[in-house]
Amino acid sequence: MADNKGILVVGEVAEGKLLPITAELLGAGKQLSNDLKEPLNCILISDKVGDAAKAAIAAGADKVFVTEDAQLKDYQTDTFMLVMEKAVADIAPRVILMGQTSIGRDLAPRLAFKLGVSAVMDCLELGIDGATKLMNCTRPVYGGNAKAVFTSDAVPQIATVRAKAGTPLPPDAAKAGEVAAFAVAMDASKIRAKVLETVKEEVAGIKLEDASAVVAGGRGMGGPEPFSKELADLAKILKGAVGASRPPCDNKWVPDSIQIGLTGKIIAPELYIAVGISGSSQHMSGCAGSKCIVAINKDPEANIFKEARFGVVGDWKVVLPAFTAKIKELVS
Amino acid sequence: MNMIVCCKQVLDPEAAPSTFKLDAANNRMVQPPEVKPVVNPYDEQAVEAALRIKDKDKPAHKVTVISLGNNLIRDVVKKPLSMGADELVLLEDPAFEGGDSFAVATALAAAIKKVGPFDLIFCGRQESEWDDGQVGSGIAEILGIPSVTVAKKVDVVDGGKVRVERVVADGFQVLEVQGPALITVSNELGEARYATLKGIMAASKKQPTVWKPADIGVDKTGAAARKSKIVKLFQPVKEGKCDIVSADSPAEAGSLLAQKLRENKVI
Repeated sequence: MADNKGILVVGEVAEGKLLPITAELLGAGKQLSNDLKEPLNCILISDKVGDAAKAAIAAGADKVFVTEDAQLKDYQTDTFMLVMEKAVADIAPRVILMGQTSIGRDLAPRLAFKLGVSAVMDCLELGIDGATKLMNCTRPVYGGNAKAVFTSDAVPQIATVRAKAGTPLPPDAAKAGEVAAFAVAMDASKIRAKVLETVKEEVAGIKLEDASAVVAGGRGMGGPEPFSKELADLAKILKGAVGASRPPCDNKWVPDSIQIGLTGKIIAPELYIAVGISGSSQHMSGCAGSKCIVAINKDPEANIFKEARFGVVGDWKVVLPAFTAKIKELVS
Repeated sequence: MNMIVCCKQVLDPEAAPSTFKLDAANNRMVQPPEVKPVVNPYDEQAVEAALRIKDKDKPAHKVTVISLGNNLIRDVVKKPLSMGADELVLLEDPAFEGGDSFAVATALAAAIKKVGPFDLIFCGRQESEWDDGQVGSGIAEILGIPSVTVAKKVDVVDGGKVRVERVVADGFQVLEVQGPALITVSNELGEARYATLKGIMAASKKQPTVWKPADIGVDKTGAAARKSKIVKLFQPVKEGKCDIVSADSPAEAGSLLAQKLRENKVI
């Protein structure tokens, strides 16, 4: 595959809108494209792509391939693999970028093994080695206790990128770019799993990923009640959202969809208030990008104090009400 | 029904971050001897998923666990047996060390073929050392079977069909797939069962089957079979400059903390 050229971003679309991860991938891809002096392309796979193709051009893509099919409404490994196998054969990219999302986590390894190449998952940084033109991918390993840089000479190189790790370019609606239909036959004999339904576990209020302030609780909360009372009250005052580390989710105190961490949501709010959270590396992977981390924990040795900017050592049951009352007074 | 579960022995991910030390010569992290390795927690949940299916329809189902590594500690890798799994196969040899997901999935797929006909394969969604999350999908691709990843519920329905709830960003998908298939399991499945005393006794008597690379017909494995190269492994330096607010009482400290956030224009 010596003639492979360019970057191919596998974009994500929901209800005809380009998802933020795609703009982040295009931002990260633009750097690689500049360094390689090769084009930055994007493929959008959905039942209806709509204006998302134009949005991808405004976000940096030189060319957008659009694959639309009613069977591509929901992600399913086999249908998306049919599209990606044809895309690799016809577009012949040097680098394929996906988000570390429900789609990328599943699709990238499957595609890599099909092609006999390597995928590097959950990357924070990507760069091009000038001499070899190979991509170096930096990612956290050992639950965030270390980082590693990977490369591979098997082309195309595939990488998934963590949410918020890439910086979107300022959208440029006047930017030129080409949109091309990329038809792929949905060979029924290759589709082995069927999506029966998609169940949304909607959380009321502001979405965690969009909130500028997040108030999160951990094992130390002791049960479900504080999440709907004390933490929710503080989140409301800050016009933010409530999150959790893994133990409250595993204990079914709160829905899994508010889990913050390596295998949950990755967020980067302006303010992250961690209450009763020890701050394991796995959890910090989900919130380390926050601008300001504030910790309330009774254990002075808790790892969270190594990560936080401000903290109070004490029982949240006493500290939090006073903190919340004062916050209320200050922001009103 | 034959079920296979792939389990990995890993450094204890729950141990304090300060226990993780860099072994630069071998491109890996190590922990001091007093921190005992564990079965990768997601893999325990994969065992749990298989055992829940076995519980429903007891005698007909067999659960075989496969672990790959070197110097595997018997009472660690035997834990799935003590939970209720039937057989344990160890792929154990120095040659298996240093592999990436490609090397590991290739060896596991070869071992699965040797174990014999199977209906379902379970893996954890990712292991806690490299956090790669590729081995399950890789095995499925090599064996040419469908895969469903990040499952929180797995049920066998009629005719060997499997119904899986797959965790996605804002909820879950319900998928149906015809076996043989591979499922990777996430923590949302719920906690894995504890080993029973009876299980521990039975596990202690059970001798695992040990296979070397030649036994499963792979000539290149471990570090020699990698597709990806580690350029560098390092521990980022943490600055750790937390401003701990203290006062005469915890309540005052809370109030003072709020003031501090205002002074620093955080709120």
